[in-house]
This record gives sequence, C-alpha cells and structure tokens, in this order.
Amino acid sequence: MNSLRAAMTATWNYAGSVTTASLGPGVALHVVSGKGGTGKTTVSAAVALALASQGRRTLLMEVEGRQGIAQLFDVPPLPYQERKVAVAPGGGEVWALAVDAEDALLDYLEIFYNLRRAGSALRRMGAVDFATTIAPGLRDVLLTGKAIEVVRRTDKAAPDAYDAVVLDAPPTGRICRFLNVNSEVSGLAKVGPIRNHADLVMSVIASPRTAVHLVSLLEEMPVQETIDAVAELRENRLPVGGIFVNMTRPPMLTEEQLDQAREGRLPAEQIAALAQQAGLRQDAATVAAALVLEGQDHAQRVDLERRELQRIADLGLPTLTLPLLADGIDLGGLYALAGILREGGVR
Amino acid sequence: MRTSGVRLDAPLLGIDELLADEGVRIIVCTGAGGVGKTTTAAAVALRAAESGRRVCVMTIDPARRLAQAMGLRSLDNTPRQVPGVTSPDGSGSLHAMMLDMKRTFDEVVEAHADPERARAILANPFYQALSSSFAGTQEYMAMEKLGQLRARADAEGTWDLIVVDTPPSRSALDFLDAPERLGSFLDGRFIRVLTAPARGAGRGIGKLAAMGFGLFTNVLNKILGAQVLVDVGTFVAAIDTTFGGFRERADATYALLKDRGTAFVVVAAPERDALREASYFVERLEADDMPLAGLVLNRVQQVTLPEVTPEQALAAADRISDEDGSDARSDAGLTAALLRLHADRQRIAARQRHLAERFTAAHPGVAATTVPALPGDVHDLDGLREVGAYLADPC
Ligand SMILES: Nc1ncnc2c1ncn2[C@@H]1O[C@H](COP(=O)(O)OP(=O)(O)O)[C@@H](O)[C@H]1O
Ligand SMILES: Nc1ncnc2c1ncn2[C@@H]1O[C@H](COP(=O)(O)OP(=O)(O)O)[C@@H](O)[C@H]1O
Ligand SMILES: [Mg+2]
Ligand SMILES: [Mg+2]
Repeated sequence: MNSLRAAMTATWNYAGSVTTASLGPGVALHVVSGKGGTGKTTVSAAVALALASQGRRTLLMEVEGRQGIAQLFDVPPLPYQERKVAVAPGGGEVWALAVDAEDALLDYLEIFYNLRRAGSALRRMGAVDFATTIAPGLRDVLLTGKAIEVVRRTDKAAPDAYDAVVLDAPPTGRICRFLNVNSEVSGLAKVGPIRNHADLVMSVIASPRTAVHLVSLLEEMPVQETIDAVAELRENRLPVGGIFVNMTRPPMLTEEQLDQAREGRLPAEQIAALAQQAGLRQDAATVAAALVLEGQDHAQRVDLERRELQRIADLGLPTLTLPLLADGIDLGGLYALAGILREGGVR
Repeated sequence: MRTSGVRLDAPLLGIDELLADEGVRIIVCTGAGGVGKTTTAAAVALRAAESGRRVCVMTIDPARRLAQAMGLRSLDNTPRQVPGVTSPDGSGSLHAMMLDMKRTFDEVVEAHADPERARAILANPFYQALSSSFAGTQEYMAMEKLGQLRARADAEGTWDLIVVDTPPSRSALDFLDAPERLGSFLDGRFIRVLTAPARGAGRGIGKLAAMGFGLFTNVLNKILGAQVLVDVGTFVAAIDTTFGGFRERADATYALLKDRGTAFVVVAAPERDALREASYFVERLEADDMPLAGLVLNRVQQVTLPEVTPEQALAAADRISDEDGSDARSDAGLTAALLRLHADRQRIAARQRHLAERFTAAHPGVAATTVPALPGDVHDLDGLREVGAYLADPC
C-alpha cells in the first residue's frame, strides 16, 4: 500500500498536468464507461469500495451479462437479486446486482400489465430475447431503468435504499446511446408506460445526481475514445464526471536522467565501470550498452504516456490516476485501488 | 542487441513462408479487443506486398494516425492503393480499405433489389437500426465484404492475397458466430410469424400458434408499439424475396473461411484474458477444422540483457546506492536507477513468459511468433515494417 502510494505520487509529480478535484459529492449514480479492457469493471468495483469505506451503503451494478463482479469479488455468479459482496474498513457495505434485461422486462410486465405468468411463457419461447433484439432501445431502457429505480428508493426513504449506485456500464462506443433512453425509445411506443418510464429515467440521468466517468489508459486509442466520448456526452447534455487513468506505470528515472536518455547523454563508460565495481561479472561494455538502450526506450515510453496524459488534462476534468498492479487484480489490489480513489477525492 | 523477453516453446510461425505460399489467398487476423489485430493485419499485408504479392487489406477501426499513414483519409468502403508500396521487382502492390458496415449493408441491398424495393428497404426504420447498431452486424458485414473482395479478386485478378482484420468484438469467437446468429435471427421463427400474413398463414408457426400467437404480438405491440412489428415484418418480407436467405449468404462466406486457401492468425497480448480468448479461438478452429496458421504474441516485453537476472541487477543497484549514497544526480545514482529499470523489465518478461507457457503447453502443436512492445505506437509504414520484421523473425 505504501509503495503503491509512493508510486502514485512519483508517477505524475510534474507541473500541472493532472487536476485532482474531488469527484462526486452529491452524486447518487456513478456511471463508469471506457474503451473495452481499460478496466471499467475493476474501477467500478474500486469506486464502490471507496464510497463504502466512507460509510456509505453502495450498490455495484453490472449490465453486460458477464458476471465480472462475481469474478472480481470471488463469489458465485450473481442472481438477479441484490447481494452483499464486501464490507469496507469504514463499515460501509458494497452490495452487487447483475441486471438482466429479460428479468427486468418480466418485472416491468408484471408491474404495468400484471402479466407475470404470460411473461414467463414468452420467455420460454424466446420471445423476450427476440423483443429486446429487434428493439435494442428497449433493452437499454430496462437496464438503466433498474438503476434509476434503485436511486429513487432514497427519495422514498425505502428501507432497501442505498447511498450511492455505481454502474459498470457499456463501453464508450455505446455509452451515449445506452444513457440517452429518451431518443432510444422515440421509435417505440409514443405514449404509454414505456414512454413515461423513459422520461422518468432521463430526469435522473441528465441531472447532477448522475456522473458519467470514463476509464482510460495512456495509449493513443483509449485516450482518443475518451476524448470522443466526452464530446459526445456533452453534446447530449449528459453529466460528465471525471477520468480515471488506469494501469499507469511510474517513470523509473528522474527528470534529469530522462533528459540525459533523450539526448543520448547517458555516460556509457561510467556506467560500465560502476556496474563492474558493483559486482556484475558480465562484459562491462555490453552491460552498459544494454542499460543505455533500456534507458532510452524508457524515456521514449514516458514521453508518449505524458503526451497522452496531457491530452486528457486538456479536457479540464477531474482526473485520477491508478497504478498498474504488477500481480494483477485480486481482492487486496481492489482495496488498494479503492484507497487511492478515496484519497484522490472520490466521495 | 534487444531480444524478445518471451521465447516460446512452440514451432515458429514463419510469416514469410506463409506469404510465399501462393495457395494462401486469405489471411484473417483475429483475437480479443485491443491486442493488435489491426496492426498485425496491416503489417502482414505490407510485408506481403513488399515481397511481391498483390494485396488488399481490409481494416476495421484502425487508429487514426495509422489509417492516415495508409492513405485512408475517408471511410469510403473502397480499397485504395497505398502509394509507394511495392516489391524490389515492382510486382507487389497494396490496397487498403476501412470497413463501413452501414454502407456495406446498403450496397448489398442495392445490388440485390430493384431500385424501388431498395429504396423501401433503406428507408425502413428497422433496417436502419439493424444496419447501424445491431449486435453482430459488423461481423456479418466484415464477412460480406470479404466475400465481395474475394469475388472481385477472382473476377478481375486484382489481388492474389486478401488480409482481413476483425471487429473489436467482446469475444473473438463473435466473428465466426455473429453472422450465423444474425442469419438465423432473420430466418427465425418469430420473424416468420410476423411475416406470416404475407406468406400465407400457418407456415413456420407450428408450436407457437398453439401457445397463442395472439399473446405474443399483443405483448410486443404493447411494449414496443405496433409500428415496430410492422416495420420488422415489412423489412423481412422485402428482403426475403430479393435475396433468399441471410443464412445462406453467411454460410457461403463461412465455407470460404474453411477453405485451404485461408489462414487464421490469432493475435494475443501476453495477458491472462487475451490468452484465454486466444485459447478459445484456437480450440474452435480445431473443432471446426479451420486452417490455423498460428499465434502472434504481440507487445511482449523486450529484454536487452537476459544474462543479467533481476536479482543480480537489484543487488548491484543496492550496492551502488550503499556505497555512493543515493544522489540521483550522480552517475552512481543513474547507474543504480538503470539497473532497477532492467530488473523491472526482466520481471515483466518473466511474468509474460509464464502466461505464454501455459498457452503453449495447452496447445503444443500451434506455431507462434512474438512481436515486442515497441516504445511508441505503431502509426506509420516504417512502424508496420518493423512489426513485420519481428513477425518473420522474432530474434
Ligand atoms: N490497475 C490495474 N492493474 C493491473 N491490472 C488491472 C488494473 N485494472 C484492470 N486490470 C486488469 O485488466 C483486465 C481488464 O480489466 P476489466 O476491469 O475487466 O476491464 P473492462 O471491464 O473495461 O473490460 C483484467 O484482467 C483486470 O484484472
Ligand atoms: N507491438 C506493438 N508495440 C507498440 N504498440 C503497439 C504494438 N501493437 C499494437 N500497438 C498499438 O496498440 C494500439 C492497439 O492496436 P490495434 O492494432 O489497433 O489493436 P486491435 O485492432 O486489436 O484493437 C494501437 O495504438 C497500436 O499502435
Ligand atoms: Mg468489464
Ligand atoms: Mg482493430
């Protein structure tokens, strides 16, 4: 944990390229998107834990049918039912829910049409799947609708209310369509329950109670997708939260050393002598040449990452960096990331 | 001096032998999202062209700068010659294109329906949703485009090799399965039911009728609005009479993929998820008797001095720091830092090797090659040449 924090501060400790503002006070629904594979599920879970560690009862939701949360918390596959998956050091709890469009549709049929049994029959026929396939907007309004239902429990002071909901959302390419349920269902029933449902969903999603965060890596394509997604979200008047820059690696050389490497000024002879004195038995000149080359590669990579980080900083959004955990993500790693998020101002 | 930090215990995937084999007419690059499929496809295509083949590469979703470097400024769905690319004897050439799935779908409609019917289909709201956002449409259209390119190559003799990239799917298997899924969806029983009035009632309904076709349409109409089902019905009726059976088209391209003239190159990064995905894909190709050329393990850690182990490097770094203090500004501080950097790279390489070994142990016969993680992005022809050189000879 200490070494993690040291890594964090070492990573981006240079002038003004990262803004860290507190992320999320007053937000009831945190939506986490990003290019596939950047760490959406991991970061969503870490955000949920960070909130719980401040004593908040938090619900972590997934909608892509991948059972990513269960894998991460090492619990059996989640049913369509809220389950407690973790207790944070501050006493807050993380609950989890894997939302399934079919189940959500059956709920919906029951509530609005009193059609539970017919619904089950339709499901057995594969008709529910068919319906959500020909009308992808229906699927999305059902999934987001579930998140909104949970958020609104607070308004009703329901006993099963949560202080915050974190939604592990679809990737950047689909996020606007996913959230913009109003236009999604515009082709569907023009009046009636679905329409009303969409309006209700929109009234929460397009409000300051929601924040859409984006996860990125310091690589060209994920950063470009992040920039494009921010523009699209803003165009659609959806509330952009912050950027989580994931899997960062700290530079292992100081600024001056990096300069030396960039300018080809790494002193091979001295390095050779020092390495030999320090007990390396391999041919000193070869060792030095190799170390010089590795230093140059490293400087190049650091420069590339900084260029990408600058492009993110130019967005002017609250930005938090998370380190690449060398041994991958286990429960301990998740708590470590949550600690960093909390310190970084996730509220 | 640099060597790949991950030497695989597998037969070498000889890219140059593959490219020299004129029987190989299609190369498909596939793998999990973000592993380097597009980069690999472009690098393989460029290397093939520069070794004398007449190549067309279809990319999907290339990084912006890479697209520009290949002259793909607009997404116009047509192969364009990449200027200045040829082989020493002048016989090789490279065309490149970027897939536009909506346009490909529109073109299929226009090619197979009379103008009036085509207009009706293109204006149909369900068609518009299907052609731009349906899960699986991109995979289906990638297959469709491949079929078209191949037909053009056969008819005009334009290309003797087509290299295809695959869509950034959730799973690499989607490329194989989505077209079939879309085909069966469009040929499926609910679609039949919806269009039943147009074909003479009863056909295809079977059991469903017993369960109450009324209930089905009733509920769907309630939640979707009656117009949606009408649109779907009109669309399917229109499309069905013009080019019999989506599934048949999908099947035809699928057969092309099983042909001996096709070679699959599975791309993976040395990470658990990507390698797991690669495993699934390899197993699937074996099960379906599809021609696998081998695995490209992309973005592996380079190691410059494998004989200095991480332990030795760290011990030496500590010794220097102890003796000369840890002043970062001194040469001693610098040398210690470089030694730690070396240890770090070695450790990463060791972890990657471990992951790769699990793959090669599970698939001992599968040929493989590695491409190192280059310090910068691959965004120009020289970068592609470098990747191509590593593909052929990972050192
Ligand atoms: N900070 C990190 N350090 C190390 N590995 C990470 C980190 N964040 C994510 N990962 C790993 O990266 C992979 C993709 O992460 P995941 O959260 O599943 O992404 P997504 O949900 O965006 O597809 C997983 O194997 C995960 O364990
Ligand atoms: N060997 C490599 N070294 C460095 N960067 C690479 C390498 N291979 C790919 N990249 C970069 O990784 C990113 C993703 O590669 P791409 O080929 O677009 O992946 P995919 O098509 O599988 O999504 C691109 O920015 C590309 O330049
Ligand atoms: Mg995920
Ligand atoms: Mg790609």
